[in-house]
Amino acid sequence: MSDRSPSTPSPAAPLSAATALAPDLRFEGRGLVCLRGERIVFANLDFSLGAGEALLLLGPNGSGKSSLLRLMAGLLRPMAGALAWHDGPVDDDPERHHARTRYVGHADAIKPVLTAAEILRFWAQVCAESPPSRAALDTSVADALARMGLTHLGDVPGRMLSAGQKRRLNLARLLAAPAPLWLMDEPVTALDKASVRTLEGVMADHRAQGGMIALSTHQDVDLPGARVLDLDAFGVDPLDLHPDIDADPYTSLGLAAC
Amino acid sequence: MLGALLAVLRRDLRLALRQGADSLMVVAFFVITVTLFPFGVGPEQAVLERISGGVVWVTALLAAMLSLDRLFQADYEDGSLDLLTLTPTPIVVLVVGKMIAHWLTTGLPLIIASPVLALLLHMQTDGYAVLLAAMALGTPSLSLIGGVGAALILGARRGGVLLSLLVLPLYIPILVFGVSAVEAAVMGLDAAPHLMILGALSLGGLVLCPWAAAAALKQAVE
Repeated sequence: MSDRSPSTPSPAAPLSAATALAPDLRFEGRGLVCLRGERIVFANLDFSLGAGEALLLLGPNGSGKSSLLRLMAGLLRPMAGALAWHDGPVDDDPERHHARTRYVGHADAIKPVLTAAEILRFWAQVCAESPPSRAALDTSVADALARMGLTHLGDVPGRMLSAGQKRRLNLARLLAAPAPLWLMDEPVTALDKASVRTLEGVMADHRAQGGMIALSTHQDVDLPGARVLDLDAFGVDPLDLHPDIDADPYTSLGLAAC
Repeated sequence: MLGALLAVLRRDLRLALRQGADSLMVVAFFVITVTLFPFGVGPEQAVLERISGGVVWVTALLAAMLSLDRLFQADYEDGSLDLLTLTPTPIVVLVVGKMIAHWLTTGLPLIIASPVLALLLHMQTDGYAVLLAAMALGTPSLSLIGGVGAALILGARRGGVLLSLLVLPLYIPILVFGVSAVEAAVMGLDAAPHLMILGALSLGGLVLCPWAAAAALKQAVE
């Protein structure tokens, strides 16, 4: 695959043994249909991600980028279609899927009264499959803070952090609790130029280790060799598809049975 | 799995400790509301003694209600709930952690405050021990059942009022057996059957309520 990142192996923490990367690691979706309210956001969407690959989601506001990422994470259920790993459907073992996936959404999940290090430590604990030792936890939290340039803010409570610092702390979660698949919903919002460069470096390292990334953005993010998925191409207008029959989105897509 | 439960428990306790006002307010509401009764019904000892068990229990239910709407709301608003449902640990386990933390920060202070308030209402001394036992066995149900209500109202406008409408009717069995345990003790009867039923309600709640709350949370994050 030409999608492989050219960067060299990184000093970042290796992925834990439980989520160790198989060379044939693959995550894909087939025939996904997403329904929000009574509107079909996208239909018949296929995607596939292999080790080291990246998927760049593009499209105007409301085209379903966030919905697709939430659907990939398992927060939303697809109306039709299925998500699967190389070793079985997501629905068979949602906990395994959660162990392999990290989601970065619009909200940064920062508690105003907890310090940056405490917040990161908590997420590293609950996201680990087996309870990490105290020393291992300390190291991974310190490394993640250092990598995102937050070491000096480790003891600062969440309410004192700026929007960009909160976002960097949320991104540090990806490093403190490693997992092969990163789902990132507009991760560069509120980040300054230097932080965007740092994030690009972190993502390149992740892919060099065989990690996968699905990312939506409206800004320029350097993701070498990423495949582009234009959500606008999967939009559905039932009236255009079937002008002569019922405009009900269920029947027009043959989903009445769902 | 246990590690994640303890991590959630520790985090919620730490949050409650640093935002100490929340827990304190619940106890303050409990104390102030109970002290209103002597003013309302008059200081006559026989009347206060007669209603003491009921007043303490009803006020404890209302005080517990006050704290419930924040149980999942803060996590829902700042995005933590999305991430909690996406951990390798089933969300039902984390819900148990949050409910235990809620009990430790509201149920336990209510238990500690209740004998003082019983004294204020001239409760007979025979009732004190049973009141404490009944509160200890009954308040876990308040956190468990209340947690289901708190999960159901996420995203609703005027959630606090809706929560009382949902949860207070479900608190009736706890109130009935909590009060009758105290009255049995005061009248010199055996309070054990009432206490056993309170314990059974809590154990039944421990089995069923986290599942119901987890299902409601999954619905809320969609």
